[in-house]
Amino acid sequence: MSETILEVKNLTKYFPGIKALDGVHLTIRTGEVHALIGENGAGKSTLVKIMTGVYFPTAGEVLYEGNLLEFKNALDAQNAGIAAIHQEASMFSELSVTENIFMGHHITKGRTRRIDWKAMQKETQALLDELELDIDCNTLVKNLGVAQRHMVEIAKALSLNAQIVIMDEPTSALSMREVEDLYKIVRRLKDAGKAIIFISHKFDEIFEICDYFTVLRDGKYIGEGKVADTNVDEIVTMMVGRSLDQMYPKTDVAIGKTMLSVKNLAQPGYFSNVSFDLHEGEILGFFGLIGAGRSEVMRTIFGIDKRSAGTVSLDGKEVHIADPNDAMNYGIAFVPEDRQSQGVILQMSIAKNITLPQINKLSKYGIINKKREFEVTKTFGEKMEIRAAGWHVDADTLSGGNQQKVVLAKWLATQPRILILDEPTKGIDVATKAAVHEFISEMASQGLAVILISSELPEVLGMADRVIVMHEGKMTGEFSREEANSDNVIKAATGHIEEGVSL
Amino acid sequence: MAEKKRELVSGSRLVDENSLKERLIVIFTKWEVILAVLIVFEFILFSNLSPYFLDYFNLMNSTFTFMEKAIMALPMIFIIMSGDIDISIASIIALCSFSMGFASSHEIGAAGIVIIGLLAGLSAGMVNGFLVTSFKMPAIAVTLATQSIFRGISQAILEDQAYTKYPEKFAYFGQGYLGETLIPFELVLFLVLAAIMGFVLHKTQYGRKLYAIGNSKEAARFSGVKVDRARFINFTLMGLFCGISAVLLTSRIGSTRPNIALGWDMEVITLVVLGGVSITGGKGNLFGVLMAIFLLGYLKFGMGLINLSAKVMIITTGLLLIIAVLLPGFLDTVKARRKLRRQQKESGMVEV
Repeated sequence: MSETILEVKNLTKYFPGIKALDGVHLTIRTGEVHALIGENGAGKSTLVKIMTGVYFPTAGEVLYEGNLLEFKNALDAQNAGIAAIHQEASMFSELSVTENIFMGHHITKGRTRRIDWKAMQKETQALLDELELDIDCNTLVKNLGVAQRHMVEIAKALSLNAQIVIMDEPTSALSMREVEDLYKIVRRLKDAGKAIIFISHKFDEIFEICDYFTVLRDGKYIGEGKVADTNVDEIVTMMVGRSLDQMYPKTDVAIGKTMLSVKNLAQPGYFSNVSFDLHEGEILGFFGLIGAGRSEVMRTIFGIDKRSAGTVSLDGKEVHIADPNDAMNYGIAFVPEDRQSQGVILQMSIAKNITLPQINKLSKYGIINKKREFEVTKTFGEKMEIRAAGWHVDADTLSGGNQQKVVLAKWLATQPRILILDEPTKGIDVATKAAVHEFISEMASQGLAVILISSELPEVLGMADRVIVMHEGKMTGEFSREEANSDNVIKAATGHIEEGVSL
Repeated sequence: MAEKKRELVSGSRLVDENSLKERLIVIFTKWEVILAVLIVFEFILFSNLSPYFLDYFNLMNSTFTFMEKAIMALPMIFIIMSGDIDISIASIIALCSFSMGFASSHEIGAAGIVIIGLLAGLSAGMVNGFLVTSFKMPAIAVTLATQSIFRGISQAILEDQAYTKYPEKFAYFGQGYLGETLIPFELVLFLVLAAIMGFVLHKTQYGRKLYAIGNSKEAARFSGVKVDRARFINFTLMGLFCGISAVLLTSRIGSTRPNIALGWDMEVITLVVLGGVSITGGKGNLFGVLMAIFLLGYLKFGMGLINLSAKVMIITTGLLLIIAVLLPGFLDTVKARRKLRRQQKESGMVEV
């Protein structure tokens, strides 16, 4: 029997400069998986932080088991039975699983309150076994994979006897099999009568695992309903406020001559024997699980990592790229995977971010030409439709989607011939995602050669002219747009080499 | 690109369009402006406490006591700005001064001595830069080691001896005045160097890259910035400026002992941090450091005039440092609160 356990009424939260939440409603019932849906910046994280006692609401109320919730800090929420599992698991990597699970509420014994290791280990192992996890309770967290860390976080929530478990994009770093394991655990929690709040950008997950959904947009409550009674289009319309008829606007472009040719590229421990050609106007998709070595290949081509073997040729001539600066001079641009630490410099303005790669060109005798800097910023910033209060504002005040637009603008401004995009739509909202896809399509139609690394299958299948699949550092498949489908691509990504596919 | 119409960036405004009061608040919550105000306050205080403070001759001559450190603070801004640190600088001075004394004892003229001093500093800086960038070692570890080595060389050879014989002409650098004026050569040299370094930091692509490196070495590298080259240049520059400073100091005191400039490393770092340069890199400006230099320099002079001991001076510096480190965060909180209150008053006009 499901009953209401948490009720959010008319919740409003102000931050300096923004209204993060504006009259939000949310009803959570036991034994139910509730999808909290919205673009980045829609207010999901703020809502979670209020429910877990990190922030205080400006107005409105949260009722937990019928009582007004008045958490003073995160510990109160924990004790009351609300636990959140975050996007990127935050744990003590040098401590064991047991220590992580009991951090802050160690079991003690005797008057001196010595830590009762045996009891803690026993309880931890019981929890892990209950979740059918093949993890020893004494393993150091740094030796666990991303998926296992998530499972440990869930175990931690259970050890706290959580009634409400909030999962914030739990699958963003998991492989497909690991996602299945996660689903299993979610279902088990649900059967045990827990309430689960599931935050995700991925529709297949929402339809697979969730019962009920609530949509937020720009901090406002948009609507709710049963997942079974809705469809993707309806939810997308609610999220972005209009229908997105085309998520993957791929235009047909005549494939031109070979621009980039990679032969037998290798880096021990990461990848070996990688060979491919890239043509003018082509979008070449790279698919694989996280850790398949795709990013490392691109980092090597771009001169960030040193290669140990193989050649890279441009327009038929072998080139030696020693550092990113060389790569830039050859007309290669690289939008890295980790936007926050590799893509933008958060404490620098939009303008300074956009002009950084070519600051030498915008200078005479080393002195920056401010006027030209402004022109370049304006041209490419406007082209990418960056939303901000001005070009002088720091990148860290922007939403994830806008930050990604800054990174794209900055590389577009170098006027590249080859564009390498590593997970360009990771963690950004639906509308920006569509804009990025449109941008990719446009670049290809202008004759650029594009490499698109993505872990999202629909994106690769929807955008690429050709798909190369990697598994554990090796190329395990190459498919034309016509050949590629989710079956053969996923098979190759999990290590099955297709018969008859020429490599 | 996309068909939807959105509000885009409106222009090149550098500050929000605020009322005069708001703008004044923005200006007077800037750390370098606070430092400037403190200097004014300091001058009023000391000129009331001592009749000798506000005296042109005294104000000029007291700069002799802090210009050498001030010169070293300039490249230290570059180093700290890009997220590094150099704690070997006092030892570099010892090495330079020792080299000059050695040269002087071998009958080399004033010009030769200066060149040798500068070259010694330059080489020491290059050694630091090479170790930091080539072996990927943290700057604090490298310069902790070279701190011992550089001073150790002069100690090992000099033992308890000292070089005290320098050519007469050599005395000008640390004791001379500009022409017939009362303006010390050291002060003029510092101001010229500060102007050049300020220009490089704030107007050139090199300075921009330092900010980028200090904020995120990785993102800078991904943007094609040659991070290690810039860091190497920084350490080399630091060494060269230590050489300049060593010439001035050796010339001023006319002797070289192994313990010369002992403890200056921390004093120089203090100037830079007090000047508002973030110790973690990426934030700050040269003007703030300039203010910190004169604030502390004249504080020492003023306290000397009213017979306050050096210990009071050290405690005061410590307190100022704590304020310098805490204040930016505190001011941000205050600003955020004000904004929030205003927003709640106007209620609901802001776009997310």
